[in-house]
Amino acid sequence: MSFITANWNPLGDAFYRKTELHMCWNLRDSGLRDSLVAAAHYGGPIALLREPQRRSPSSRPQLEIYLASGISITSFPWKSGPVVHIGWTVTDELLCVQEDGSVLIYNLFGSFKRHFSMGQEVVQSQVLEAKVFHSPYGTGVAIVTGSSRFTLATNIDDLKLRRLPEVPGLHGKPSSWLVLTQDRQTKVILSNGPEMFVLDNTSCTPVCPPGLSPQYGSVVHMCVSFSYKYLSLFTDTGHLWTGSSNLQDKLSIVDTKKKTTPNQMVWCCRPQSQQLSVVLMWDRLLLVAGICGDTIQFPVDDPCVLVGELDGVRIINSTNQDLLQEVPLVCQDIFKIASMAPGALLLEAHREYEKSSQKADEYLREIKEQSMLGEAVRQCVEAAAHEYDANTQKSLLRAASFGKCFLVDFSPDQFVTMCRELRVLNTVRDGAVGLPLTHTQFKQLTLQVLIDRLVYRQFYPLAIEICRYLKIPDYQGVSRVLKHWASCKVQQKDLSDEAIARAVCVKVGDAPGVSYSDIAAKAYECGRTELAIKLLDFEARSGEQVPLLLKMKRSQLALSKAVESGDTDLVYTVVTYLKNELNRGDFFMMLRNQPVAQSLYRQFCKLQEQETLKDLYNQDDDHQELANYYITASYREKRLETRLSVLQKAVDEFNKAKNEFAAKATEEEMRLLRFQRKLDDEKGAGLLGLSLQETMEVLLSLGLHKHTEQLYRDFRLPDKRYWWLKLKSMAEKHEWEELEKFSKSKKSPIGYLAFVDVCMKSNNKSEARKYVSKVTPEQKVRAHMVIGDLEGAADAAIERRNDSEMGAVLSRCSTADCLLIDRLNRARVSASKK
Amino acid sequence: MAHSARRDSPKLPDFSLLKRLAKDQLVYLLEQLPGKKDLFIEADLMSPLDRIANVSTLKQHEVDKLYKVEYKPIVSTSDQLCFLIRPRIKTVKWICDVANADKAAGRFRRYKIIFTPQKFYACESVLEEQGLFGDVTTDEWSFYLLPLDDDIISMELPEFFRDNFLAGDQRWVRTAGSTLHLLHSIYGPFSKIYGIGRCSKMVYESWREQVEEEETKARQAEIGNVFLIDRDVDFVTPLCSQVVYEGLVDDIFKIKCGCVGFGTDATSDKNVKVMLNSQDKVFNEIRNEHFSNVFGFLSQKARNLQTAYDKRRGMDIKQMKTFVSEELKGLKQEHRLLSLHISASETIMKKKTKQDFQEMLKTEHSLLEGFEIRECISFIEEHIIRLVSMIESLRLLCLLSITENGLLPKDYRSLKALFLQSYGVEHLLTFANLKQLGLLVEQQPGETLTAMESKVGKLVNDKTAGKLTDAFSSLAKKSNFRALSRKLNLVPKSDEEYNLRVPRDMAYIFSGAYIPLSCKLIEQVLERGGWTGLEEVTRLLNGHEFSVTGLLIRRYICREIK
Repeated sequence: MSFITANWNPLGDAFYRKTELHMCWNLRDSGLRDSLVAAAHYGGPIALLREPQRRSPSSRPQLEIYLASGISITSFPWKSGPVVHIGWTVTDELLCVQEDGSVLIYNLFGSFKRHFSMGQEVVQSQVLEAKVFHSPYGTGVAIVTGSSRFTLATNIDDLKLRRLPEVPGLHGKPSSWLVLTQDRQTKVILSNGPEMFVLDNTSCTPVCPPGLSPQYGSVVHMCVSFSYKYLSLFTDTGHLWTGSSNLQDKLSIVDTKKKTTPNQMVWCCRPQSQQLSVVLMWDRLLLVAGICGDTIQFPVDDPCVLVGELDGVRIINSTNQDLLQEVPLVCQDIFKIASMAPGALLLEAHREYEKSSQKADEYLREIKEQSMLGEAVRQCVEAAAHEYDANTQKSLLRAASFGKCFLVDFSPDQFVTMCRELRVLNTVRDGAVGLPLTHTQFKQLTLQVLIDRLVYRQFYPLAIEICRYLKIPDYQGVSRVLKHWASCKVQQKDLSDEAIARAVCVKVGDAPGVSYSDIAAKAYECGRTELAIKLLDFEARSGEQVPLLLKMKRSQLALSKAVESGDTDLVYTVVTYLKNELNRGDFFMMLRNQPVAQSLYRQFCKLQEQETLKDLYNQDDDHQELANYYITASYREKRLETRLSVLQKAVDEFNKAKNEFAAKATEEEMRLLRFQRKLDDEKGAGLLGLSLQETMEVLLSLGLHKHTEQLYRDFRLPDKRYWWLKLKSMAEKHEWEELEKFSKSKKSPIGYLAFVDVCMKSNNKSEARKYVSKVTPEQKVRAHMVIGDLEGAADAAIERRNDSEMGAVLSRCSTADCLLIDRLNRARVSASKK
Repeated sequence: MAHSARRDSPKLPDFSLLKRLAKDQLVYLLEQLPGKKDLFIEADLMSPLDRIANVSTLKQHEVDKLYKVEYKPIVSTSDQLCFLIRPRIKTVKWICDVANADKAAGRFRRYKIIFTPQKFYACESVLEEQGLFGDVTTDEWSFYLLPLDDDIISMELPEFFRDNFLAGDQRWVRTAGSTLHLLHSIYGPFSKIYGIGRCSKMVYESWREQVEEEETKARQAEIGNVFLIDRDVDFVTPLCSQVVYEGLVDDIFKIKCGCVGFGTDATSDKNVKVMLNSQDKVFNEIRNEHFSNVFGFLSQKARNLQTAYDKRRGMDIKQMKTFVSEELKGLKQEHRLLSLHISASETIMKKKTKQDFQEMLKTEHSLLEGFEIRECISFIEEHIIRLVSMIESLRLLCLLSITENGLLPKDYRSLKALFLQSYGVEHLLTFANLKQLGLLVEQQPGETLTAMESKVGKLVNDKTAGKLTDAFSSLAKKSNFRALSRKLNLVPKSDEEYNLRVPRDMAYIFSGAYIPLSCKLIEQVLERGGWTGLEEVTRLLNGHEFSVTGLLIRRYICREIK
């Protein structure tokens, strides 16, 4: 504890420290020699390709994949072509760039995912060098070919190859190059002898870094910082130029006094760095060169690999792993010898308190006098985040907790969150999990991504534990993990469909946000259709099952599920899909068993495909509907002949449907149409399309009595209708004599009240009066009232001794008719007595 | 319908909120198409839209000209066209024609379709088929409910009945479910839900699904009981002639979305559009009155008004001043309304006191009571022969069929033949539709159906057989009106005098001849707190009843279109 500063090395006004990280690998004798090594950022996995030059089938290069803690995940002989470069993507997938320009993608467990090519022309010219780089767009690959051309792919998940312009005077590969992302543009910086160029999509621009005059020699190595903000260049005279990556500003030039090109060069900085530095590595020496000009030297006795991180550099060799970083300011404040920072005092106070010494009080007082206690707590909490050793973390957090006791209204949030996060970090840093993340990296990576990474490594239980511990909503937490787990589970070939389905159901249950149809889709992708169907059964929302069922060609099931969902849009989707997929007969048969779908389709056909509608009815032998269809269709026909022939079809169908009534009605309509046509031709009466009644009305008004008679007989019209028609027509034409004659022709089937009504409608009271006497006794009163003869009405009512009729007459009497009223009242009284 | 202001009734939820929501959303959608644009509105959306946003609101959001959708080539000169339509294939096809015509003429415009209340895949697929999916943007205006009055909200979905009950197309079920969901999310949970009918059950289930998809927050319930009743449970009520004031106004002047246009015969000057709701003081008092009481009431009102006017005699200047500033405006307003309603009543009187109307009412009442059926049939015959009114004839025929459990085959044929002679053979289709709905059917000898059913049942497996039985029972659905009417006492005894001034039950709205079945059901269920004890009734109504502890008033326009 007290030696916390033992591994601190001063660099300028800052300190650098090297912390040992957990590493449990022990590579065979060759160590990292003769290997292509790729170690992912953020404590990602490490891949080794041993002796990549080997080409003979008898001895193949070996590809090995390890967790960052050195635990071997997988190892297998490399059977594809010669590999130029390997690198990791942001989603922990391994990219292997081959000489012929094809890039193979493997997952963490060494299983092949897919491949893509960096262009056809590369097959000829071969890849000389390649780099894998990360940008806001994802993971990219850059290559330089034997014909000295650069090709870029900025995002391998959305592959777009870009061939960069030619570099003048470049033959073979450049002396050094790198890829960087700037202003949302991906560029290549390269040096060729004394010249330097910046290559972007369209142009190749020669550049000269400020302050790097030709006397320093030509650039032989370069590197860019993690954030693409700074660039460093190493020249063959041993000078190290540092500056901004846009080549606008120079930071410094340091003379390393080493003429040989370093094996590796990496920026070492952190957010809010005080002293930026570049780490250079030669066979036997590791040099940390600060931009202030100071250097720190570490001896190296084993080949190692540098991994640039957000807040430091990981140094991996064949036995162990260190993290080299600038000591964060807050840690300096607390642990620097004789520091009087509030955090340092608080830590001291707590230490004394544990020893039960009263000095604790003195320290506390001192902090409180400066009213810095809040600051002190904050410092301790923050420093704990940056310490890798669990004991140091503990003592810092205890001190913070101790200090908190003396504060009122101090929000505990920061403290609590930090405790939780550190607990999670300490767990994942454990060798078995092997994710040596610093707190800064963790914050940058976000918890979501951390959980993803655990999931990629198939640490499902741990991921779920973490989600629950940090109380992440199920949607983003547990459910997501379960979804991945289930997708992985369905790929287990050694288990039966039944067992997998059961296991998935038990674990996933009805966790919110987990879609069984997604899991089933995965199963189907792996060729396990039966399993997919079993899984779909667990899907509660039937709508979700439909698309996959369709994909699996289970159309019958898809249709019934769609109907079950009650979502007609979905039913409709399935129906249109099936319509294109199946032949007509099968399609109609399928609809037949699904009335809901069928009626939907019928609705659609009514508006869109009349012909199909006919076929649909035909298929079902639905003659009634078919006939109705023809009736509707007949109205669309302009020409009479076609119209008649369509109607004839309707008649046939009605007959088949045993609907004699409709058949007869249709036949009559056809007869009527022919009749109308004939008369139209002869007299231009304009009858076509009118109903029977309307036709007769027109005929009567035209005075075509003979034809009216003919219709009356031909269509066997009821007498009532005929009388009404005649009556109305004559009254309208004021043919009163005719009317009287007609009334006497035989006994009226509609009574004579109608005559009275009709005459009154034409305001002919005298004519109306003629018929009143003929009216039946029941209607007498009404008839008299219609012609306004109250007296007559009263007489009739009194004669009939009908109380309600007398009442009706009374209600029509005005005060002037007092005599009448009197009579009626008397009659009512006498009627009621009897 | 409108509340009779009982003092113990709880306060109504604020339904104007629905209006505000719909308006805000519409404005938002219009703003999505910035710049000047012409708006095409589907004909049957005109009146509802008018209630939500008036022309000046639309103009504020850069709507230049307004057109009605008329299925003809357009004359607009605007570069942006916006269509506010129902999700109907026909309309979308028309829009495609418009866009294609522009394309052919080399004219570039932006098109946006706003579907209300929701879009259907079928409509979008038309766009896709016509290759216009990329050129036309689509949106949804979730305008589910229109508050017609303080206590009436309507979905204004005219095709619901036809699509659902005639064509068996269930696409609107989900819409109705979403409507319930909207009410639920605005006015808090419903304490109890009752329903009867297949469609109601499906609506309920669709709503449940939508509720389950999201988290629920504990809220205060503003809506107590919800009743979902299928239209086909109670066909009789809409088939009877209305005799209360509001009903008669609707019959003669047609009330659209709570707004009526009084024609020239009712007012001295030109057409007047009037909002009919409880804000109208005069109307509010007479809307639910039997028409025979309305005149008396109006004249009383006129006298009161006169007294109020007369007050100003003998006032001093100061009193006069307060009178003018405070009361006069109200009196003037009332005066105007009063004269409007009086002239409307006169028009109604002219039309409805004719002999024909009286006879028709008499026929209806006889049908409801089941007396003198032969006389009723000959009345209907005459009605058809004389071409009095096609719709009325059909209405009477349906009423006859439902109350009598179908027509005798002989009557069925002869009436149908008469009707076809009068109105043309195309009404074969009308009759086919009415038959399918069970509104106008032939009496079936009972055994044939069940025999056929069991025969078909044997051919197919059980599940489909169940569906078939369902289909058959809907095909030959027995109305069971007589039995229901006895069970629920829907037709009051005719020998007693019915005092229309002091109604003793709901039958007053049909002159004491009939208590609306749906209202009676609600009353009974509320009294019993559920369906228990009503088993016989629900059996007669073909079941599908449910009640869930957890108001939607729906009006369907029940008019069969050929």
